[in-house]
Amino acid sequence: MKLLLDRLQAGEILVGDGAIGSMLIAHGLEPGQCPDMITLEEPDVIAAIGREYLEAGAELLTTNTFGASPAKLADYGLDDRAEEINRNAVAILREVAAGEAYVSASCGPSGRILEPYGDTSEEELYASFERQMSAVTDADVICVETMSDLREAALAVRAAKAMQPDKPVMATMTFDETPRGFFTIMGTSVTDAIAGLLEAGADVVGSNCGNGLEKMIEIAGEFRAATSSPVLIQSNAGQPVLVKGAVHYQEGPDFFAEHTPDMIAAGASIIGGCCGTTPDHIRAVRKVIQ
Amino acid sequence: MDLLKEISESLQKGDDAKVGELTQKAIDEGMVPKEILDDGLIAGMDVIGKRFRAHEIFLPDVLLSARAMYAGMDLLKPLFLRDEVPSIGKVVLGTVQGDLHDIGKNLVSIMLKGAGFEVFDLGKDVPPEVFVDTAEREEAGIIGMSTLLTTTAPAMGRVIEILKERGLNDKIKTIVGGAPVSQDLANEIGADAYGYDAANAVDTVRGIAGV
Repeated sequence: MKLLLDRLQAGEILVGDGAIGSMLIAHGLEPGQCPDMITLEEPDVIAAIGREYLEAGAELLTTNTFGASPAKLADYGLDDRAEEINRNAVAILREVAAGEAYVSASCGPSGRILEPYGDTSEEELYASFERQMSAVTDADVICVETMSDLREAALAVRAAKAMQPDKPVMATMTFDETPRGFFTIMGTSVTDAIAGLLEAGADVVGSNCGNGLEKMIEIAGEFRAATSSPVLIQSNAGQPVLVKGAVHYQEGPDFFAEHTPDMIAAGASIIGGCCGTTPDHIRAVRKVIQ
Repeated sequence: MDLLKEISESLQKGDDAKVGELTQKAIDEGMVPKEILDDGLIAGMDVIGKRFRAHEIFLPDVLLSARAMYAGMDLLKPLFLRDEVPSIGKVVLGTVQGDLHDIGKNLVSIMLKGAGFEVFDLGKDVPPEVFVDTAEREEAGIIGMSTLLTTTAPAMGRVIEILKERGLNDKIKTIVGGAPVSQDLANEIGADAYGYDAANAVDTVRGIAGV
């Protein structure tokens, strides 16, 4: 398989995968269960989700390690299992991908708040990311995602580059719209995010989750206007709403297909999905890109 | 400058040392603790809440101001007798069972305290019975429940059912919030109110508390 960054630099548009968390819930994840532990408890479920995305046309498969940094796993008393969880999550997708897709090791926020606003030190957080990153040696690429604090995102990117110097690192943050433009809840603007993430060593920057595809197209445009680096965009399928006790995401596969040309025009280099997106969303996006 | 105004402004700057120092000064000068609380600390948090709602400031600023508020409150607390802690209402707050997200709930807690409510923060992953038991024991008039996960909504409904089973649903009002929560969901599970975000939680809680 060609190197990911070579393809992106040649201007190719790639298709990412969709949500893991909401797929796990659909597969029976119970409230209170640690999603990252499913990798060890039910590896077949994780492989099945990966296979569905591969068959739908995803060219990157994301590992079930969003919450698998020791700092985050500590919420469940599972921090000592971090290496095992991350290693196995990569191994499962490596087998599923079988050279047809890149294995992307996900790293989400720790859930901690850095000093002086919270009680977690940068050293502690860096050590946590270091442990997670040291366990994903067999992945093709690392994806730091859903970050709202630029300092935390930068620590994760630095840890990734230190532990896996040869791997491309992608980093995405989650923005809200304000009267003054797009900002993360911690107050990071798109331009600050780009500068900070690239400075930390990210090869691909972008945004994920968020408030629906149409806002995400605007965000993609702002990224493209401010950087020549490849831009990764993984929008959720709109804000979730609960209808009669069941969760419902308002933006379906057709909506994604309809908006994919705009997303490409806005400058996205890799287009995938976040919460609420399914293999059907990815199939719809892939069809348009082909 | 007026000392209370100075407390409010130092709080808005997130300067906890200064707020502590000025609050102590106000106490030493014999000012009424309730006035220091209302016209210094709460007045400052009110401005922070409004600016946060207007997206003029972000989470880090709110967290720093909250810390400054606590620096002042910790000095004032011993001056109020247990039963005389000035409070416009008691609120039991928590993230429902099965959910470990608590940034939104923590913000609501900060805003409510900043508005003069007494808050019993139960943390995250709170079982339904614990919400109700705590509200009964503390004689709180309001239970606030937060969720970020779409799977945990039934736990909010369960709290409301327990209130009904115990005949407390007229006495204890419920407010629900969090990313996947909507007015429709609040109606469906029979909650008394829906809080769109932390910034308007205070107004909503004031509304159902009648204060």
